[in-house]
Amino acid sequence: MSELLFVCLAGLMLSLLLGLIRVLRGPEAGDRMMAAQLIGTTGVGILLLLSLLFNQPALSDVALILALLAAVAAAAFSGKQRETSND
Amino acid sequence: MIDVITLILMTTGLIFFLCGSIGLLRLPDLYSRLHALTKADNLGLGLLLTGIALYQQDLLFALKLVLIWLAVLAASSASAYLIAQYARRQETGR
Amino acid sequence: MIITNMLFIDILLVMSILSLAWATLTATDVRRSVIFFIAFGLLVTLAWARLQAPDVALAEAAIGAGLSGALLLTAVQLRPRGTLPSEALDNEKQNRSNRADLRSSAAIRWAVTLLCIVLAYILIWALLQALSSQTNDNLAQSVNANLANSGVSNPVTAVLLNFRAYDTLLELAVLLTAVLGIFALSEERAGYAPAGAVFNGLVSWLVPALILMAGYLLWVGAHAPGGAFQAGAILAAAGVILRLAGKPDIGLPVSSTSYLNIILVIGSGLFLLVGLTMLALGRPFLGYPEAMAGKLILFIETAAMISIAATLILAFIGGRPHNREDG
Repeated sequence: MSELLFVCLAGLMLSLLLGLIRVLRGPEAGDRMMAAQLIGTTGVGILLLLSLLFNQPALSDVALILALLAAVAAAAFSGKQRETSND
Repeated sequence: MIDVITLILMTTGLIFFLCGSIGLLRLPDLYSRLHALTKADNLGLGLLLTGIALYQQDLLFALKLVLIWLAVLAASSASAYLIAQYARRQETGR
Repeated sequence: MIITNMLFIDILLVMSILSLAWATLTATDVRRSVIFFIAFGLLVTLAWARLQAPDVALAEAAIGAGLSGALLLTAVQLRPRGTLPSEALDNEKQNRSNRADLRSSAAIRWAVTLLCIVLAYILIWALLQALSSQTNDNLAQSVNANLANSGVSNPVTAVLLNFRAYDTLLELAVLLTAVLGIFALSEERAGYAPAGAVFNGLVSWLVPALILMAGYLLWVGAHAPGGAFQAGAILAAAGVILRLAGKPDIGLPVSSTSYLNIILVIGSGLFLLVGLTMLALGRPFLGYPEAMAGKLILFIETAAMISIAATLILAFIGGRPHNREDG
């Protein structure tokens, strides 16, 4: 059954590569950030598969953190700063 | 029996994932690419995680996987909205 | 069997990481470089996970991919238009001076390249030396032999907070010095526009989730990968997202400088206090009694987490917080 895990891992790495192409090519900054989000979601899948393969439950904690912090990075990317600064 | 279900779930999840990523490459516009990203990839991830939960057959781990999937769903939908908002601002601002 | 099957994944990972590193260094636009760097951090997290180092993967995910990405993106956005290298090309005089700079520093660039090659050679040689002398694995053996006396069962936490606690104390002091530097530089930057409905919805569940996650990492650090530094980074991410949503209160007591100072000092301060108490009790500096070791470590880690989070949030807002009279 572990061959299935390897096949899924290979498939997710392929998806990662496709996202990488978009990161490197994407004409706008929004395309690149979006591809970074894709890499993050794919990374969550890869981390959970690795946690099964290596029998390390700690990697699921890493996956949860990755999911939460990807939102922080996207929010930092699209934040609109106040025009006037205080004092 | 469980093995067959796990196989089907994980393969379907992988297919959805790859479709989403191919959509990210081939669709013409940033906004349409966001659709492919948020919908297809998150569904693929959910199917994959369900397969993983069945593979491991541990209730606590399965609950953790549900938590991770919900976090990814909520975070990526908000992120997609914010990225689209940013792109819109760039377009109308110029 | 795992080794041969992993080869495909290893090669893909290495190629992706190298190409992203190259793209980060050679991108013409600074914003582009920062996004490449975020993707690079994500891939390095996967590499650490592949190498079965979950502690480092945890730290890389929290600090490298998430927090550093937010910091760099904010810093890049603030540069006034016209100072990004790609925008200076409109100015012909600027163009000529840029080219002159490039010509005159070719010698410097060659020297730096040579230095990097020498450094890489030394690192590879050191790695091969370490790999070839595996029978002398003294560090791991002594850690495992003494793990039962350290009060925790995670070897990384035992080394950081017990066997080499002095180093961690100095690291916290370095963070405190960094905060002093930040305070000396400037007041906080202009904030962000108030958030819309979707962003507010994100904040309303993300901040409590991050706080819970930080507490969980702090607690689980005793017996699984985790600990004060990762927990502090997650708490800082909560403060960062509050700031990005335009909330006036970033999770710190910014209206009162004395409370803020207490929070900043509490990490290294409590650590030092525990060490001095051990001295007063006749034990070596930071030599915990075995029965209390676990509790003392948790106590110190909680204080350290608070200080680390406060330091990172202040680094994000860029300076001394304003006094908020409107509360």
